[in-house]
Amino acid sequence: MHAYTEKIRDAARRLLAEKKVDGVIGFRRGTLPLMNEPVFVRHVDHVDQLIWDGNCGINLANYLTKRKDRVAVVAKGCDSRNIVVHIQENQITRDQLHILGVPCQGMLDRKGILRALNGREPLEVEETDSQVRVSGEGFQEVFARREVLQDNCKICIHRNPVIYDELLGEMVEEPTDVDRYEDVRRLESLSVEERWNHFEELIASCIRCYACRNACPQCYCPTCFVDESRPQWVGKSLDPTDTRTFHLLRAYHMAGRCTDCGACERACPMNIKVRQFTKKLEKDAKELFDYEVGIVLEERPPLDTYRPDDPQDFIK
Amino acid sequence: MSEWEPKIVAFLCNWCSYGAADLAGVSRLQYPANIRVIRVPCSGRINPKFILAALRHGADGVWVSGCHPGDCHYIEGNYYARRKFALLKSLLEHTGIDPRRLHFSWISSAEASKFAQVAREVVETVRAAGPSRHFIKTLPQGEAAWGQATAELQAEVV
Repeated sequence: MHAYTEKIRDAARRLLAEKKVDGVIGFRRGTLPLMNEPVFVRHVDHVDQLIWDGNCGINLANYLTKRKDRVAVVAKGCDSRNIVVHIQENQITRDQLHILGVPCQGMLDRKGILRALNGREPLEVEETDSQVRVSGEGFQEVFARREVLQDNCKICIHRNPVIYDELLGEMVEEPTDVDRYEDVRRLESLSVEERWNHFEELIASCIRCYACRNACPQCYCPTCFVDESRPQWVGKSLDPTDTRTFHLLRAYHMAGRCTDCGACERACPMNIKVRQFTKKLEKDAKELFDYEVGIVLEERPPLDTYRPDDPQDFIK
Repeated sequence: MSEWEPKIVAFLCNWCSYGAADLAGVSRLQYPANIRVIRVPCSGRINPKFILAALRHGADGVWVSGCHPGDCHYIEGNYYARRKFALLKSLLEHTGIDPRRLHFSWISSAEASKFAQVAREVVETVRAAGPSRHFIKTLPQGEAAWGQATAELQAEVV
């Protein structure tokens, strides 16, 4: 996986030197372990900042919305699907993009690792294909890599980029024995009242910071519904009904657009499993309209099209 | 006034279901008076925000009705609406809104008797579900507490 770092730098150096792109969007080491930050490299001299490891979970498609310049972007499986959605929704054109495809082995769940460390501060993180070694003052822990992946990476079935101009590594094997909707089905089997209570508890700690919205590449409306005031569709308070309205509408805006990249959950400071809302919509879109997000560039998103024989059992 | 009556917000499309409601009235057809009609240009006009807002303001049920597929005044508005509602209904039910509170129908402007029939069905289903308890926005401590707090504050200032 770390072999990508050199390949990303080589590609960035070449593209910038040949003036094929105005900039390269990738990752550089963050100020804290387990936290890489996005970086815009515009000059060949700065190319060596670029790195790649298991802490590149932020979705870089978020930085492509309404760009006017021509950029290269490092894209793992989910990023590439979000790029497809961005192109479908006219947020950027294909010609503006040089996509550096990076087959992905899953990203590390920083919060999970911190929980496992139980208050001890990680200072150094070393990663191999199968292990993650975290060390700090007076301790060293070794985790199996697949045990500390983000929840969405554990059930990911599109690790390879679906769209790219050059591929920086060998394609990885896509898991075929994954049950993506096990948690959704478990909830579906509960009674209405139990489900209400489940979601009530789920979002009880929400502080309405909107980090989930901001981290999401698909949330790019010029004025978000939470900021609208005339009419005001969502109250600004921490009233549980307002909070739930926010979560329902945020999730609904992702209907048929969410690639389950996990950016929302990763960004949540309160560790709320916000993907539980979007996963249900993803499952429905698959079952009702046989649609998988961000795979085919020429397809229209499911709510932007229709078939005369769409299911309508629920309509009298 | 002691007996509870369900409050239902009905979003009716101007060209079909609103016409059906009109015809039902002109034809002197009987249906329960629990529905409050909001006329919309097309069922495709209905934003999920509207439905959530109705529930939040205390509606016990929401009923959305438009033209039959293929008969939309705007050719295809209700086809898009159908996909939207399928996902919305499923999401709301998944998160714990009683399925008996959400109703959708296709009623043409000639189907006054269907309108009265569906209205009766909707009202009875919502009545069976009882008063809405979830997803209603109330002031944090109730208005009485708010009034008391203000009075205390005023007393202190004076």
